[in-house]
Amino acid sequence: MSELTRETLVLNMGPQHPATHGVLRVLLELEGEAIVGAEPVIGYLHTGFEKEMETRTYHQNIVFPPRIEYLATFIEEQAYVLAVEKLLGISAPPRATMIRLILAELSRIASHLVYLGTGAMDLNVSSLLMYCFRDREEILDIFEMVSGQRMMHGYFRIGGLQWDVPTGFTERVRTFLKTFPSRLDEFETLLTDNLIWRERTEGVAVLSAEEALRYGCTGPLLRGSGVSYDVRKAFPYGGYDEFTFDVPVGVAGDAFDRYRVRMEEMRQSLRIVGQALDRLPEGPVLIDDRKVALPPRGELVRSMEAVIHQFKLVSEGIHPPAGEVYAAVESPRGEKGYYIVSDGSNRPWRVRVRSPSFNNLQALPVMLAHGSVADVVVAIASIDIVLGDVDR
Amino acid sequence: MAVTGGVSLRATLVSRAATSAEATAADVRALESNVLTTTVDRMASWARKNSLWPAQFGLACCAIEMIAVAQSRFDIARFGSEAFRASPRQADLMIVSGRVSQKMAPVLQHIYEQMLDPKWVIAMGDCASCGGVFNNYALVQGVDKLVPVDVYVAGCPPRPEALLYGLLKLQELIANPSARRRS
Repeated sequence: MSELTRETLVLNMGPQHPATHGVLRVLLELEGEAIVGAEPVIGYLHTGFEKEMETRTYHQNIVFPPRIEYLATFIEEQAYVLAVEKLLGISAPPRATMIRLILAELSRIASHLVYLGTGAMDLNVSSLLMYCFRDREEILDIFEMVSGQRMMHGYFRIGGLQWDVPTGFTERVRTFLKTFPSRLDEFETLLTDNLIWRERTEGVAVLSAEEALRYGCTGPLLRGSGVSYDVRKAFPYGGYDEFTFDVPVGVAGDAFDRYRVRMEEMRQSLRIVGQALDRLPEGPVLIDDRKVALPPRGELVRSMEAVIHQFKLVSEGIHPPAGEVYAAVESPRGEKGYYIVSDGSNRPWRVRVRSPSFNNLQALPVMLAHGSVADVVVAIASIDIVLGDVDR
Repeated sequence: MAVTGGVSLRATLVSRAATSAEATAADVRALESNVLTTTVDRMASWARKNSLWPAQFGLACCAIEMIAVAQSRFDIARFGSEAFRASPRQADLMIVSGRVSQKMAPVLQHIYEQMLDPKWVIAMGDCASCGGVFNNYALVQGVDKLVPVDVYVAGCPPRPEALLYGLLKLQELIANPSARRRS
């Protein structure tokens, strides 16, 4: 072969590209249609969250987690408040824990729906995006009913919740549980039995279990490769050990298996929400510790002590003991952890976010090796990255 | 069509006068109902405002709400702007949906420059408008430091209705450029 034909072409994909799911840039080295090398270039959405969190009090910081991973907002809030609660050595009341869990699982479904819609959109199944967003709107309506916001809720509090869920919440969720399985079946008929979808995803973007572990991949990416690791099972938090649910696992580690894993995860999430609604206990939703949680509004007119607590909490915030803590949850993308170092003051000394998208994205060159250029969008969609989560 | 006595709708729409001397009052009315007097500018801005083509350019959280705007529930197609184009060369509206980092700033400017005139910018959300809650080293404190912004939409993220309202405001602005508030 002459030198001329062996020449490779370096192609720049992104950061403005409809199929990179945000502002990801991939440098592709191509030899004709075949990929010789691929290098993700990140940092286009670097927001400085970790630094920003050092400058705010622990309560104020609840603002940031949902903006890091904006598709699974409640799971982010849950991860952060669990970390702070672990630092303080407190736990939320049972009702608050259960409501958090229900909202987190609904968030997971909402996030997977965006994956499904946009992933299918990348392969030109444009009607599915409409269907997925229709169902996502139903979940967002529930979120709005609970917290008043569609996306950035700020509803979880250190030690519980901002307020109790409104009347009609359980009925609304139950209606969703009833209608959604048939929608899922509909999506599966559209995709699982679709020849084009299977041709484009089966055997594409393959990641072996060893490679996945080597890169620290978690979530559906790791489970699609056949490793049954789910933080909810491995290190149960927030009451997950009380529920029966399965962890779906793939075999081939290709884009199709990841799709199957996510579809099954949505069904399992419905199962968990159903069980949680059945045993939703009555009681308070915020702990009674006045050094941590704000006193109820009504108490302020009766008790001077409550006013003092309110003032101290609002002006200074809480002072957790010095120390460090790591709390992880299973986000729709994998293990999401908050590592917080406290020096005893009212602001964290350091916050480190272990983001699953960052690790998962590092496996992109492995997935794309020996692939064709058309598979790049399939691979990126199957990782289901959130660039806010990658760059933070 | 022959006019058969009395009142006919057709009679007010079509004039059969051959010369100006033959024209009656009815003929003048017919002329007025058939001719639209306007200026080229107004005609062009009427067409422009009703078919804005946004660039498919999502940055962060607000991009998810921007996708929601294009879906069936909020349906931006009602306002003629459903054609999100992946290439900035085919778009005339840039919706900056999310926070703009220092690293993204030159890319954003590049995309804006690639768009053909006339073009408009909507700063969607607090981050794009003014930096939002992030006052730090990483973010551009408002996208108006990089490109001229026509409409700011507040919210974190703004509801889809808010973005649609911003779009309607932009349409008003295009139809009547003198309505623009000078800073």
